[in-house]
Amino acid sequence: MSKYSIFSLARNAMSFHQNWEKVWRSPEPKKQYDVIIVGGGGHGLATAYYLAKEHGIKNIAVLEKGWIGGGNTGRNTTIVRSNYLWDESAHLYEKAMKLWEGLSQDLNYNVMFSQRGVYNLGHNLQDMRDIERRVNANRLNGIDGYVVGPEEIKRAIPALNVDAGCRYPVLGASFQPRAGVARHDAVAWGFARGADQHGVDIIQNCEVTAIRQENGEVTGVETSKGTILAKKVGVVVAGHCSVLADMAGFRMPIESHPLQALVSEPIKPVLDTVVMSNAVHGYVSQSDKGDLVIGAGIDSYTGYGQRGSFSGIEHTVAAIIEMFPIFSRVRMNRQWGGIVDTTPDACPIIGNTPVKGLYFNCGWGTGGFKATPGSGWVFAHNIATGAPHELNAAFGLDRFTSGFLIDEHGAAGVAH
Amino acid sequence: MSQSFRIAQGGRIDRDNQLKFSFNGKTYTGQAGDTLASALLANGIHMVGRSWKYHRPRGILSAGAEEPNAIFQLEKGEKTIPNARATQVELYDDLDASSVNCWPSLDFDLLSINSKVSRMLPAGFYYKTFMWPKSMWMKYEHIIRKASGLGKSPEVNDSDRYEHSHRHCDVLIAGGGVAGLTAALAAGRAGARVILVDEQSEFGGMALSSYDKIDGQPVSDWIQAAVAELQELPEVMLLPRSTAYGYHDYNFLTINQRLTDHLALNNRKGGREKLWHIRAHQVVLATGAMERPLVHSNNDRPGIMLASAVSTYVNRYAVKPGERAVIFTNNDSAYQTALDLNAAGAQVVAVVDARSQSSSELANMVRSAGIEVMNSCAVVDTSGGKRLQSVQVMSLSSDGQSVSGQRRTLSCDLLAVSGGWSPVVHLSSQSGAKAVWNEEAAMFIPGEPVQQQASVGSANGTLELKLSLIEAANAGNAAAKACGFDSNMKAPQSDAVISDPIMPLWLVPSDKEKGREPKAFIDLQNDVGSADIELAAREGFHSVEHVKRYTAMGFGTDQGKTGNINGMGILAKTLNQTIAETGTTTYRPNYTPVTFGSMAGQNLGSRLFDPARKTAMHGWHEENGAEFEDVGQWKRPWYYPKAGETIHDAVNRECLATRNSVGILDASTLGKIEIKGKDSAQFLEMMYTNNWMKLPVGMARYGFMLGEDGMVMDDGVTIRLAEDHFYMHTTSGGAAGVLSSMERWLQTEWPEMEVFLTSVTDHWATAAVVGPNSRKVVSAICEGIDFSAEAFPFMASRVGKIGELECRINRISFSGELAYEVNLPANYGRFMWEKLMEAGAKYDITPYGTETMHVLRAEKGYVIVGQDTDGSITVDDLGMSWAVSKTKVDFLGKRSLTRPDTARTDRKQLVGLLTEEPDSVLPEGAQLVNDPGAATPVPMVGHVSSSYYSACCGHSIAMALVKDGRRRMGETVYAPLADGRVLKATITQPLFYDKEGAKSNV
Amino acid sequence: MLLIECPWCGERDESEFSYAGEAHIARPLETEKLSDEEWANYLFLRKNIKGLHREQWNHAAGCRRYFNVERNTVSYKISGSYKIGEQGPVGDDT
Repeated sequence: MSKYSIFSLARNAMSFHQNWEKVWRSPEPKKQYDVIIVGGGGHGLATAYYLAKEHGIKNIAVLEKGWIGGGNTGRNTTIVRSNYLWDESAHLYEKAMKLWEGLSQDLNYNVMFSQRGVYNLGHNLQDMRDIERRVNANRLNGIDGYVVGPEEIKRAIPALNVDAGCRYPVLGASFQPRAGVARHDAVAWGFARGADQHGVDIIQNCEVTAIRQENGEVTGVETSKGTILAKKVGVVVAGHCSVLADMAGFRMPIESHPLQALVSEPIKPVLDTVVMSNAVHGYVSQSDKGDLVIGAGIDSYTGYGQRGSFSGIEHTVAAIIEMFPIFSRVRMNRQWGGIVDTTPDACPIIGNTPVKGLYFNCGWGTGGFKATPGSGWVFAHNIATGAPHELNAAFGLDRFTSGFLIDEHGAAGVAH
Repeated sequence: MSQSFRIAQGGRIDRDNQLKFSFNGKTYTGQAGDTLASALLANGIHMVGRSWKYHRPRGILSAGAEEPNAIFQLEKGEKTIPNARATQVELYDDLDASSVNCWPSLDFDLLSINSKVSRMLPAGFYYKTFMWPKSMWMKYEHIIRKASGLGKSPEVNDSDRYEHSHRHCDVLIAGGGVAGLTAALAAGRAGARVILVDEQSEFGGMALSSYDKIDGQPVSDWIQAAVAELQELPEVMLLPRSTAYGYHDYNFLTINQRLTDHLALNNRKGGREKLWHIRAHQVVLATGAMERPLVHSNNDRPGIMLASAVSTYVNRYAVKPGERAVIFTNNDSAYQTALDLNAAGAQVVAVVDARSQSSSELANMVRSAGIEVMNSCAVVDTSGGKRLQSVQVMSLSSDGQSVSGQRRTLSCDLLAVSGGWSPVVHLSSQSGAKAVWNEEAAMFIPGEPVQQQASVGSANGTLELKLSLIEAANAGNAAAKACGFDSNMKAPQSDAVISDPIMPLWLVPSDKEKGREPKAFIDLQNDVGSADIELAAREGFHSVEHVKRYTAMGFGTDQGKTGNINGMGILAKTLNQTIAETGTTTYRPNYTPVTFGSMAGQNLGSRLFDPARKTAMHGWHEENGAEFEDVGQWKRPWYYPKAGETIHDAVNRECLATRNSVGILDASTLGKIEIKGKDSAQFLEMMYTNNWMKLPVGMARYGFMLGEDGMVMDDGVTIRLAEDHFYMHTTSGGAAGVLSSMERWLQTEWPEMEVFLTSVTDHWATAAVVGPNSRKVVSAICEGIDFSAEAFPFMASRVGKIGELECRINRISFSGELAYEVNLPANYGRFMWEKLMEAGAKYDITPYGTETMHVLRAEKGYVIVGQDTDGSITVDDLGMSWAVSKTKVDFLGKRSLTRPDTARTDRKQLVGLLTEEPDSVLPEGAQLVNDPGAATPVPMVGHVSSSYYSACCGHSIAMALVKDGRRRMGETVYAPLADGRVLKATITQPLFYDKEGAKSNV
Repeated sequence: MLLIECPWCGERDESEFSYAGEAHIARPLETEKLSDEEWANYLFLRKNIKGLHREQWNHAAGCRRYFNVERNTVSYKISGSYKIGEQGPVGDDT
């Protein structure tokens, strides 16, 4: 497999781009694999990549019911940050952040990780207490973070309205300079290419219809392309983990909700960083193409329809205009929805299940994209060794029984 | 400059009303009734912009919403509009427009260098490079970002107003062409409540550009009569300049109406746009169809236009888009364009028809007009720079797969193309109906409706007028009937036109070797060419969704209206499969872009974004210089600075005055819920952690409310007013949540309980009078109550009178002082406050805000839910397990308390902290560590939740949640701060003042 | 945008209601007798059905009544509303 570079681009230009290889093969599934990953989103592909690269397991299939990256990977607002409050989350997301920082080079695929910084705005005194608390925790955990005041925010984000007369004036913000955004599709394609190069079979249009078990151990899956056997199955299906759990015969502490996002028409650069506000319920960045990328909150009801309610969109747009009045005449181009699996403590579930050999990685709620490489990395470890890595040990299903919840509602909120 | 391409007669423009406008700094004229695009064409201007990636010159392609090229910045300053489509901009006097995405000018654009190196910029090139060195990506990105984007965001705030309106109707009809008008007449005559919306300024749609006949009269006359009749029908509402852009579940549609953008700037009055939220019983979609261009080499030059757009410019706007025209088509409709151009006096060089035969009446009329028809031919290339100069034509094989023979060059300045029609299935698709590929007609048509909806006319793939009218009348009748109206309107009549079938032609073959042919564009705005689609397929992107994302096809402001179907056709051909196999196309809102302003409407600003709640005494606070704090939706006085005072000065003064004499706090924002019914006490037993059955009437008790997870959710004092009547206080921010939670338990879990809940937060104004002199102040204005300590003890509640008004006085305290909460109906709040201020004057009564309230309660170790708790704290963690009944069988959250993690005895616990330096105040949110010198990650043992300087204690005080804190009394913890300082503190009991509680016990 | 039928007030826009989660989760009567697992099941485990789902809604900006709705979580089609304590509709899962 050839390496991508400016030179390969030039070389292929000479042959009029007729000789590019496939980014990933599309093989027919084999009868049996060492590990099956169900779900060809960023997390699933990353899991397969790290299983192959870090753990030397080569006989792996990734089964995707549609097209890879077509779920939440391709539907989110691409924010990457690691400034979480609790140690358990902070360490997990910071692992992801460190992987992000070398991901384009590791994958030899430009995922356009843009460390343009993320501001989480505070609008009242309690917001500011929470921001102080989180930033102090971040710093002690080795995660970059600053508390900044309105003047500094105004300098960094001239379009933001920081007038004291606002309904919810900006009192300050937390700022994580290493945070930013990445190109979501490229993450799926880059991990797919990397996994494929390690021999992983990526099989699209292959829907899992049942999970085979014998004596409490997983033996494989039934799919729309027939039976595929494996002694280890990792399920990473954001938006459908309850459906897969149901196939395996257990329930999850999860509810699936619609989450909507929208973009404006492309405009010239006007916003150089990422702005998030929990109190006002909106977050926005500008893509390299020039679109303002805006996320809404989740809809209150459960839904698998990949669409939410217009009132949610309206509310979000009002919040954005409240923060950025100059965008009032800019136009919204498209909106769409995804399905997010939410947990009671706004933290993911990564680890073993009641069925031996069956592993679940789910419940990332609204914030899974930023964790993609870290999630894949720890899940690969968990699957390869059969036991959680210390980074995901706290994220097991057992916490719902013991009460050891890692309540990140304050850090997640509407946040992404 | 004169309008030298204006045709002398005809059209729907107002020839008596000439308008001035400027384009890229030069002044031109047009006529009322023009669009900006038609006015530019009237002045001979085709090249209007540069493409996104290669900066190739681009001209006006279409005459409607599908326009990919003519994207302008309109106006400057507060009225600017980025990315306006010139084809939909109605011309007004002094309009100012300029091209986007070119620098320094449209004619000389530096980045047109990209066009020369385009071979290095295939689809997705950025994924393959810009990776080395790693540190450079942000710099590359900076350059990429600068080159991207089209128009510019406004730099100043929008001065326009946007409104929202909500309607129900029987029948909503989207699209006011002849089909939509027919459906509206059918439903409207029957008496149904009809709303007809159309994006253009006048109804009639495509028919405004044609000379068809309906019911024997010219179509324009028929339209005029139909509109006139509809305007007279009382239940019919016509919304012109209104785009139905979103079709949601349950027949809920969103419509953007533009009210003033068509007027000269100085004539604009009132709101700019209105967003209609319409819930319709039935929906008829008559949204028409859009013509597709043909994809051949260099198909993007200025002067290449959709054939139907050419007809529109000629017939509707009386503009000749060229003098020498070639028509290139694979279907019959473009023959009409040849006739229209011919009639307008342009020379039609030839009709190049991909099909081997064209023998319809229309085709024969073209031949009769002396125009050459070249069957089995295709335009394979074009030449010209900023304007088309000629096209090259070759013979096309009957399967459309190859070209042969000599290139014949036809000199021309206009190429009118038609690759067939795509019904506008956007709204139908948004409604949930999956579009279906019709192989014969080579188009996606609306799928089986999943809502109460029907598509009619060309939106349904019915391109022929006669059939379209029948379909529309039927749909209008059926919709009215479904709403209970008797409706049997007969369809208007039109002559049948027999046309020859289309020959699908997704990519015109080139005579050049594969990969070396000049670019053939699919998505003109995003510069996606056929080679990009083929490359994507070669690299393994086979899903149409992957191809769109990899090439950016369809992601422009036009959302691929002209390009996506061609792109799918080319992908299908490349993958050697049918279009149906390649996939469907799912449309999501918006049909066309809509301003954020219209979506926000009036839900903005300090008044309406999230209306602020203010107490009855708010005016007094303002007049007396209070600074305010947002608490939930409430505006609460934070502190009352006197001249020259800092917040600390003011708070110190307020604290001392309250502890030493008397202070007064507006406590109206606390949530207040009345609980009534015979089972009320039993209900409270479940809601709160402590006992309520035996609380005597007239007495109050403090309680914690838990979530079922055992964590503290809310707290407050509840008073028993009668055996079956309680009065509950909640936190200011938590009131609504507590009420709905209690309602839920009552209604869904314990419906047998006779309990009624009423929110009375807004009914009462509450002043807390606090301090040693509070009894004197309150008793001075309140009659009918014995205020003696024996008669009115702590935690008692009494009813008395202030003047004529019944008041309720609760002796409760959040400060450790003797204190009374005085309640009067909210309307008398200010009266009450002023009475208390007057009565307290001799004791120098001091109003204080939330900051002083916080200090006073922290001195006593009282917690604030939401500040000292965060959803992960139990009552025991707060050291207040005395408030949790040991004897009750059950209460909400009880079972969670014995889970292994929750029952741990070394959880984070509430403690006090005293800093080593008495004057230094720990920041709230500071993290605490045992060893500040530990390696990163430094283990943290807790955090500071509340921290103040206490003027009464003479030193700083803090409350913190510390792991195993209760066992660590006297030990030292450190707070490493961001500024590098490390503050040292000693763990203490969270009680700093009047430790015996003597002060409230008087 | 859902159109929800409140059993007391009739069909109203979704914005008048608030969602209250899966219906028919009875609170255990003798919570002390439950194992930690059983309590966790009650507290956290949800069916989260893809298809016909019975759920509670509250007519928050209306009569403040809680009631049950049977809704398809894919098509969002509501097959019926019923009062607390009533037997729900027999849904047509299409």
